[in-house]
Amino acid sequence: MLHTLSGALTPYIFSPITVLLFLLAVTAYLVGWRRLAVGGRSPSAWRTLSFFLGVLLCYTVMHTQFDYYSRYMFFVHRGQHLVLHHLGAFLIALANPLPVLAACAGERRFPGLSAAFRPVRRVLFDPLVATVLFVGLIFFWLTPSIHFDAMLSLRLYELMNWSMLVDGVIFWLVILDPRDPDLAGTSRFGVRFVMLVAALFPQILLGAYITFADAGLYDVYAICGRAFAIEPATDQVLGGILTWIPAAMMTIIGALVVLRLYLRYDSEKGG
Amino acid sequence: MVRTLGAALLAAGLMWLAGCGSSDVSFNGKDITGLMPDLAFSLTGTEGETVTEARYQDEAVVLFFGYTHCPDFCPTTLTALAQALNKLSDQEREQLRVLFVSVDPERDTPELLAKYTAYFSPRVDGLTGDQEALRELTKRYRTTYSYEEPDKNGNYLVNHGLAMYGFDRHGKVRLFMRNDQPMDQIAEDLRALVSIQ
Repeated sequence: MLHTLSGALTPYIFSPITVLLFLLAVTAYLVGWRRLAVGGRSPSAWRTLSFFLGVLLCYTVMHTQFDYYSRYMFFVHRGQHLVLHHLGAFLIALANPLPVLAACAGERRFPGLSAAFRPVRRVLFDPLVATVLFVGLIFFWLTPSIHFDAMLSLRLYELMNWSMLVDGVIFWLVILDPRDPDLAGTSRFGVRFVMLVAALFPQILLGAYITFADAGLYDVYAICGRAFAIEPATDQVLGGILTWIPAAMMTIIGALVVLRLYLRYDSEKGG
Repeated sequence: MVRTLGAALLAAGLMWLAGCGSSDVSFNGKDITGLMPDLAFSLTGTEGETVTEARYQDEAVVLFFGYTHCPDFCPTTLTALAQALNKLSDQEREQLRVLFVSVDPERDTPELLAKYTAYFSPRVDGLTGDQEALRELTKRYRTTYSYEEPDKNGNYLVNHGLAMYGFDRHGKVRLFMRNDQPMDQIAEDLRALVSIQ
């Protein structure tokens, strides 16, 4: 399957909804980017790059042969979620994509639509809700019985992956929002630090628990067959470490970005 | 307009998830009604003929993947299934079929499969197919297989899933049994599977 590039890029299970959502996101971003560029307000090159890199990473882990290995190896599955929930979502949020996506609509206004989404946005972007959801979803999908069902059912599996990606993007949008909190009403920088610390420790605990627990915590991989022969204990330890260390490192990187945003805000206020 | 759209989306989402139902009977194994697709396949039988799910209409089916050179899981699981079948009444046994699907078509010729399955029980049918058909069927039931490197005599191990999948007489997926489920409990679950009308 991996012998050719096209073989490696072919999705293991073709998912129309995944293709549709990715196409929609990229098209909306491109249209918005074009409109902003015409007005001379195009986002910087590195933000644009960050968006496409994030989208590309997420698409790769969801809709190529990488997905096959994610379904049949626990540690690859943890790598997949690391990209969806942390790295890819982080890069997408770092691109500050909301103004670009909003520009997609151009001069047209949809008051009904924005009114309907305002309460949803207010709840999901609330610092407490965003943090609880961010950590809660990791724990939820890693509950052994739920993990078992999600791995057996195609629909639950798609729901799991999409919920991780969408939730990751929302969490990092709250953390990485570059606007001035005084003017935009976004979360204050101190609150964002607290969010990161609150999210950090449960992830470390869970990662360590999986790493050191007896093998067989997630036996769906043993029962349904692994993509290649590997000791179940090794698979679980690798998966535990992936849940633990890179995820914690992303939190630290997030904190550094928040620190930089704060310093800029502080010098602007001071100056 | 927006509210209607939102309600429609919510309803569609709920219906999408509502596929996960449950059977009226209770199993020792896992009830997977709605979690997986119904029985459908096109494989090769022990006479070299094409076999589809249509052959097993009105029979409950237990599906199991393996290969005849398997040193451990396949013979133990098939032995447990054969013993469980013997615990059923003649009438119950007549309504149940075990499908042993070999994922090693290179070595498992129809003749070898026929000899191997007959050793366990006349209610076990051996089936296999080309790689394309096997990949499709294993993907359908969320399992996989791979081959290890052959030794100097050309013998090789095959990694494969260990689960048994139970379908009622209409081909609806119902039951998921692990390979280590005790034989008595397998027998109880087979009885429950046959009882679904």
